Amino acid sequence: MKAPSFAYAKPRALEEALALLSRAEAKALAGGQSLIPSLNMRLSAPELLVDITGLEALKGIRLEQDVVRIGALATHAEIERSEAVAKHVPLLAEAVQHVAHPAIRNRGTIGGSLALADPAAEYPACALALDATLVVAGTEGRRQVKATEFFKGLFETALRPGELIVAVEFPAQLKDQRTAFAELARRHGDYAIVGLAAFAANGTKRFAFFGAADRAVLARHAAQAKDLEAAKQALAKDLQPPADLYHSPATKLHLARVLLERTWNRLSTPR
Amino acid sequence: MEQALDTTLTVNGQSVTRRIPARMNLVDFLREELGLTGSHVGCEHGVCGACTVRVNGEIVRGCLMLAVQADGCAVETIEGLSDSGELAKLQKAFHEKNALQCGFCTPGMLLAARDLLKRNPKPDREQIRAHISGNYCRCTGYQAIVDAIEEVVAHG
Repeated sequence: MKAPSFAYAKPRALEEALALLSRAEAKALAGGQSLIPSLNMRLSAPELLVDITGLEALKGIRLEQDVVRIGALATHAEIERSEAVAKHVPLLAEAVQHVAHPAIRNRGTIGGSLALADPAAEYPACALALDATLVVAGTEGRRQVKATEFFKGLFETALRPGELIVAVEFPAQLKDQRTAFAELARRHGDYAIVGLAAFAANGTKRFAFFGAADRAVLARHAAQAKDLEAAKQALAKDLQPPADLYHSPATKLHLARVLLERTWNRLSTPR
Repeated sequence: MEQALDTTLTVNGQSVTRRIPARMNLVDFLREELGLTGSHVGCEHGVCGACTVRVNGEIVRGCLMLAVQADGCAVETIEGLSDSGELAKLQKAFHEKNALQCGFCTPGMLLAARDLLKRNPKPDREQIRAHISGNYCRCTGYQAIVDAIEEVVAHG
């Protein structure tokens, strides 16, 4: 199908974009790899698309002291090729290999993925596992939102109407910290059946699952467990996965435990 | 804010200026306004890869980019890349290995394969499969397509 008609604007300055986005029927267009399908399928019909891809303030990936700041417009392909990400946020470097396909990775952006908050997407789980911070801007100013406070439900976030993600800041990984990423999908690049972004440091663990609830979730009970067997048992308290077209809740929970086992040993092995 | 915008881009090296409705996607523009029907329209939601074209040197889904977003960009299609000879070895190998039956996926498949070989001239079978995972073929079962790309890897 074809998209319904809409007006289009491509502002050059953030303030101009925010003013346009404060209109009720406006929607931000970045890489468009989720928005344009929804327009084509007529699931979405905004009156105005505000193309934010010309906003320089939302671009770039750089190490700033102890965080890697990734501009909202950084594409999956840029993240994949970023030396700063490979060196300081290896979890994200591992995760991006699972994001869709090359032609989509060339256009899709990290800001778009986080703002959409698809429950089967990789980045929200990475942001939770690494305790990332989102920088968001609206006509009333900027604020910072912890990833743990950002994802509110199925395609629901803490973004207020008219607000944009400007950047996401991931703490640079320290020497004694380890991370691991695992995902099961029917074909390479498909949406995850279930996936796991895991982090460990000094006895602290964080397991962020995706494709296992209405949003990416931290498995807090599993993270407290003393050993792998206890963690796998505890996972039933953390996850009550909804069925998808092919997998029952029991299958998904089983697969989540498989991923927990696969990552567990990597977290306890020095880099 | 307009429903149609004056847009200038280069397509296969030629500068083109048109007034384009904002809602028109890039592959429809190429096919219907410019008559470049080598890029195909399959699923129209980014799944099948039949509409793959190159924008500023990178492959993209032609159905997931608005034509007005290509303002100022260099777009290359299967027509341009065939004429330039850039795809000649892949096209010959696809022919020899029977890597197509109906041919609907072939333009997108060739662009994805070429994209891989530009970045990695010696991919293994798994890397080939991963790189074309976003391009659907409903005829060949993919074996012959992977064989054809491997042929170019092996013999240049």
